[in-house]
Amino acid sequence: MSDVISRDQKQSWFYSDIVKEHFFNPQNFVMGELENPESYNATGKIGSPACGDELRVWLRVDPATERILEFRWKTFGCGSAIASTSMASVMITENGGLTLDEARKLRPQDIMTRLGGLPPRKFHCSVLCDKALRDAINDYLRRSNQPDRMIRESARVIDPVAKVTDRDIEEAVLEGAHTIELVQQKTKVGIGNPSILPAVEELIRFYKEKYFGATY
Amino acid sequence: MADVYLDHAAAGPLSPAAKQAMDPFLMGDYGNPSSFHMKGKRVKDAMEEARADIASHLACRADEILFTSGGTESDNMAILGVARAAKAKGNHLIVSAFEHQAVLEAAVFLRDKEGFSLSIIQPTQDGLIEPEVVMSQVRPETVLVSIMLANNEIGTIQPIATIGNLIQKYRAEHGAGPFFHTDACQATPYLDLSVEKLHVDLMTINGSKMYGPKGVGALYIKRGIKIQPLQFGGAQERGLRPGTEFVAGIVGMAAALEEAQGMKKKESERLVPLRDRLIQGILQTIPKTRLNGDPIHRLPNNVNVSFLDLEGEALLLYLDAKGIYASTGSACTSASLDPSHVILSLGMPFEVAHGSMRFTLGRATTAEHIEYVLEILPPLVEKLRSISPVTVDDKYWKP
Ligand code: FES
Repeated sequence: MSDVISRDQKQSWFYSDIVKEHFFNPQNFVMGELENPESYNATGKIGSPACGDELRVWLRVDPATERILEFRWKTFGCGSAIASTSMASVMITENGGLTLDEARKLRPQDIMTRLGGLPPRKFHCSVLCDKALRDAINDYLRRSNQPDRMIRESARVIDPVAKVTDRDIEEAVLEGAHTIELVQQKTKVGIGNPSILPAVEELIRFYKEKYFGATY
Repeated sequence: MADVYLDHAAAGPLSPAAKQAMDPFLMGDYGNPSSFHMKGKRVKDAMEEARADIASHLACRADEILFTSGGTESDNMAILGVARAAKAKGNHLIVSAFEHQAVLEAAVFLRDKEGFSLSIIQPTQDGLIEPEVVMSQVRPETVLVSIMLANNEIGTIQPIATIGNLIQKYRAEHGAGPFFHTDACQATPYLDLSVEKLHVDLMTINGSKMYGPKGVGALYIKRGIKIQPLQFGGAQERGLRPGTEFVAGIVGMAAALEEAQGMKKKESERLVPLRDRLIQGILQTIPKTRLNGDPIHRLPNNVNVSFLDLEGEALLLYLDAKGIYASTGSACTSASLDPSHVILSLGMPFEVAHGSMRFTLGRATTAEHIEYVLEILPPLVEKLRSISPVTVDDKYWKP
C-alpha cells in the first residue's frame, strides 16, 4: 500500500472471465461452520509460505471406488486463491469424481488452464489448493489405514552449507525464479558449494515442469 | 454503475485550473527552457514563475525549489543526496518505520551498501512518531532525519514542527547534527506547508497528490545544504538535477498547489464529517473492524480500517465490481507478497494488515458516496468472512 495498488508495477491485475465467475460465485465452499463434519472422511490444511494465506479442504471419498464425491473448502486468500480452489473443486468432483490417484495427477497448471490463466504473480495461489488436496489425500489414507500409500512431502536438504531444502527451491521457482541465477539470488543455494549446482538445476527443471508444464 | 473513487491517496484527477495552465506548454510553447532564444525564454519565464509560486506556499526562496519527476525522486534525492554529500561529517541516519518506500529503501541501501548506520523509529500503536523518541537517537554524527508529514496509508499527521524545532536546538547546542527532511506529498491539499513553521530543511511534494499532473514533483532544499546529484549531464536545476524540465508538468503543479492551498481549510471542513461518518459507520455496523491510526491527528480524507478474518484483495475486487475503488495493505496485492509495512509497524499481526482497506476521499466525494459504501460493504464483508477459516484474536479489535 505504498500507494497500495501501485506497488505492483510488473503485472496487470486483470483476471479472465472464468476467474471472475468463480471469484464472484465460488462453488463448493463451506459457508460458516461445516455442517455434518462426520460425512467427510478426509481433511487437509495448508498455509501459503509466500503470502501467509490459508486454505482448508474437506473430502468425501467413496471407499469402494476411491472417487472423490465431495470437495468442500474455506480460504483466507485473494481472488486467485478463491477462484482456483473453486475451480479445483469442480474439476475434482465433476463426472462422478476423480479417483485419489487421478486427483494426485492434477497439477496447478491444469487448474490455471481451465481458469483461462492467472497473472504469473498469482501462480502460487493455485498451488495452495494443490497442496491442500495432497494433504487431504494423505489424511484419507492415514484414516483408512493405508500409510504405505501416503506420499510424504517432507523437505530434503539440498545444500547443507546454505541450509537450503528442496522446498526452498520449489518456493523460489513458484515465485518466478526460473533460472539457476534467479534461484541463487533468492536462496543462496550452491554459492559456497558449487558442486551441488547440477542437482539444483535438475530440481528447477522438475518444479518448472510440475507447476508450469513443459512448454512454459 | 456507481463510480465512487476513494483512492485519492494513490492519484487524483487533474484539476481544470492545472490543465488550463499546462495546455500552452503541451502544444504551442515547445521551446527548451535552456535555449537562448525567445522561444526558450518564454518557457523559462513560465517555469521560473511557477518556481516562485511554489516557493511562496512553502515560505521559502525560489532558488530553494528543485524540480524532479515526482515524490519518489525527491525522496531519493533528499536521502541519498544529503547523506552522500555529508559523509565526511557523519554516517548516521534516522527514519521512521512507516516512511514511504522511497525513503525507507534509499536509507536501507545506504546502510547496506555505503556504510551508514540507520536508526528506525517505531510509531506508537496509533501511528504517531514521538519527538522524544526521535531525539533520543540523534547524535553529532547524525546527518539526516526523515519523518513524513502525514502517513500515506493511515493518514496520521506527525508532530513535524516539534521535531524540527528540537533538531534545530540540538544543532545550535552541539554545533553539529542532522538536517531534517519531511515527505509532505499526502499533506499538500490539507496542511500548511510553511517550511519555516515546520522547521524543516528539506521537503518533498509531488503533483499528482494535489490534483496536479503525474510525473512531476519538487524538493525544497534549504540554501547552504550540500547535496550530491543522482543524475548527470547538464546544468539544469543548478546541475543538481540535469535533464530538460517537464515544463508543462511544473506549471500545472504550481497551479494545482495554488488552488489546493487556497481551498485547504474549506475542503478539510467539508471532508472531516464525511470521513468520520465513514469511520463510525463501519465500526458501528460491521463487527470485528478496527480503525488503523489516530482518529484525531489524521488527514481529513483518510479512512483506514481492518476487516478482521478476511483478505483485502478479495474485498477490493468485490468493491471494484460495485464501482467502489479503494486499496488494501494485503500481501496479496503487493508484488513482493509482503503485507503493509505501515500496519505492521503499529505492532499489528500479519492478519490485521491482510484485512486492511484504505478509503481516501477527495473533491468529488459526496455524502451519497459514503452512504453507498456503507450500504454495499456489510454483505460483502459477511460473504468473505463466511468463506474464511481464520479467526483473529479479539484483542486486535475490541476497544
Ligand atoms: S492467496 Fe495471497 S496472493 Fe493469492
